[in-house]
Amino acid sequence: METRDKVVLTLDHITIKFGGLVAVNDFCLEVTKGELVGLIGPNGAGKTTVFNIVTGQYEPTSGRVTFEGKDITGWRPDLIAEAGIARTFQNVRLFTGMTVLDNVLVSQHLRLKSSFLSAAFNLPSYVVEESASRAKAMELLERVGLADLAKEQAGSLPYGQQRRLEIARALATNPRLLLLDEPAAGMNPEETTRLMNFIRRIRDEFDLTIFLIEHDMRLVMGICERIRVIDYGVSIAEGTPQEIQSNPKVIAAYLGEGED
Amino acid sequence: MKERRLRIVLHIVLTAGFIGVLFLALWWANTHLGQFPLRVMRTGAVYIVAAVAYNLVNGITGQFSLGPNGFMALGGYTVALLMLPLPQKQFVWFLQPLMWPFNSFSFPWYLFGVALVLGGLVGALGAVLVGIPSFRLRGDYLAIATFGFGEIIFVLANNLIPLTNGPLGMKGIPEYASVYWCFGWAVVATLVVSNLAKSSYGRAMKAIRDDEIAAESMGVNVFRTKMLAFATSGFFGAVAGGLLVTLITTISPTLFTFNMTFNLLIIIVLGGLGSITGSVITAFGFAVLSELLRAVEAPINIGPIHLPGVAGMRMVVFSVLLILLMIFYRRGLFGQFELSWDWVLSRPGVIRSWVQAKPGATRGVRKWKRETKSS
Repeated sequence: METRDKVVLTLDHITIKFGGLVAVNDFCLEVTKGELVGLIGPNGAGKTTVFNIVTGQYEPTSGRVTFEGKDITGWRPDLIAEAGIARTFQNVRLFTGMTVLDNVLVSQHLRLKSSFLSAAFNLPSYVVEESASRAKAMELLERVGLADLAKEQAGSLPYGQQRRLEIARALATNPRLLLLDEPAAGMNPEETTRLMNFIRRIRDEFDLTIFLIEHDMRLVMGICERIRVIDYGVSIAEGTPQEIQSNPKVIAAYLGEGED
Repeated sequence: MKERRLRIVLHIVLTAGFIGVLFLALWWANTHLGQFPLRVMRTGAVYIVAAVAYNLVNGITGQFSLGPNGFMALGGYTVALLMLPLPQKQFVWFLQPLMWPFNSFSFPWYLFGVALVLGGLVGALGAVLVGIPSFRLRGDYLAIATFGFGEIIFVLANNLIPLTNGPLGMKGIPEYASVYWCFGWAVVATLVVSNLAKSSYGRAMKAIRDDEIAAESMGVNVFRTKMLAFATSGFFGAVAGGLLVTLITTISPTLFTFNMTFNLLIIIVLGGLGSITGSVITAFGFAVLSELLRAVEAPINIGPIHLPGVAGMRMVVFSVLLILLMIFYRRGLFGQFELSWDWVLSRPGVIRSWVQAKPGATRGVRKWKRETKSS
């Protein structure tokens, strides 16, 4: 019973088909509170599809997704975000025409209590809530080290900062589970090291459970406590970084089978 | 916190002052100017209402709608039906009788404001009805669907004779849309839409414009947010339609053809998609320029060369202007720039003169200026 309570996310026999293609097949996974779980696999293995199912972009053909005991299968993405799951994207998807601060503020919209009309007429109740929400957003930017850039256009930031802003924007929804889709993509080794420290830090500071997809093995092996390997939509291995590195199935999936 | 409050109070005072000055100027204009310039001004104000409303959907929320003529028609017909005096109604519907309940009552002059709001609500309802099926569509597809809506309203206006009197339309609508009504609504529409654009709802709208998938993943209810933008736009579009018919005193389906949408599209693209400031300035400019450019439609004699007048030449000029603008200023005259008190006060000269005028305020303003820059 004790351990069951700690399970944050459960994927129960998830299968999704696009036409004739089975992108994810009978995928099961449990993520417990505070864990840092990695999902790896060759290109096209179905990793991002798993994320899209968790965050509601896709509805699985069969199987259930449970978050903190609630069945969230087929929920709309915004309701899933409201429930406490936030994500970043493989190709950075910032609101490029808006400022850094506004990007973070968008994520606080779901917690807004003021009505549409009080915003339209700029009533005192709205003004108070707006300034509280700005203060909160600035505090978050402060914590992730982007406060100096608050007034900059998000699209004009250097790539590494854009990645960081995307994580900050996800944090602003107040999530308990954070999904990171290839956070180190396109980063140099130095930036990756900084990112690893950053991910560990936010997990502790924001009391998060983190589930991430990554191709950069140094990052995955360096910070993940548990790694799941997926290939052609099928789960092929799970274990600690050491176990995964020596697993013959994983090596075969990445490098191809040896010719006997 | 105290500086922030000072800033809010300052903004309210400045805005109130600006509106006061505007209405004093309108009062002067109303008593000193002739019918023609006043009419141009009123048309300009109506265009401001319509353009600002349209920009909320196309510029701020980034949904390419081509249906504002439909919303304007809804408002125009509602207001016309409510305000047309009973004897005039009997006179106008001579082929078929006007349907109940409109044949039994007519609003007195003092309910004109109520009629405009009711017209606006009909427009908002129309927007919601269009939105429900068409928000699954994006980009060009949404444009076609909303274009279809405008056409449906046009066909209905032509054929629902017991309600609209068909192609003959209505005439003799009392000319209630004074400069005060027109500019009053222009101020309300501009303030409401710019408040919205700056608010959390406006940020959600802009987020949808920039990246719909990211927006919904960050918890923005995309359907609801688009609906709020559409309904607000439909409301003010319809109010503009109501003002327009009580300005020109007649209504017929041809008043609200796709040409109206095209004019509004020119206005918001020229002004800069997403810039409310741009919409306000170009909307008024468009109304004035349309009148000034009547000169190019008149016969012209250049020495021995005689050019006959060509109707529609104005639109050619606007089209050329639009093409030039798209080549040289692709983001419109104002891009996404917004005129704000912060901006005005941060112009060096303004701050200095303001500070000199109120020496005691120097420290507060300096600190406040720093704060506005950093926060």
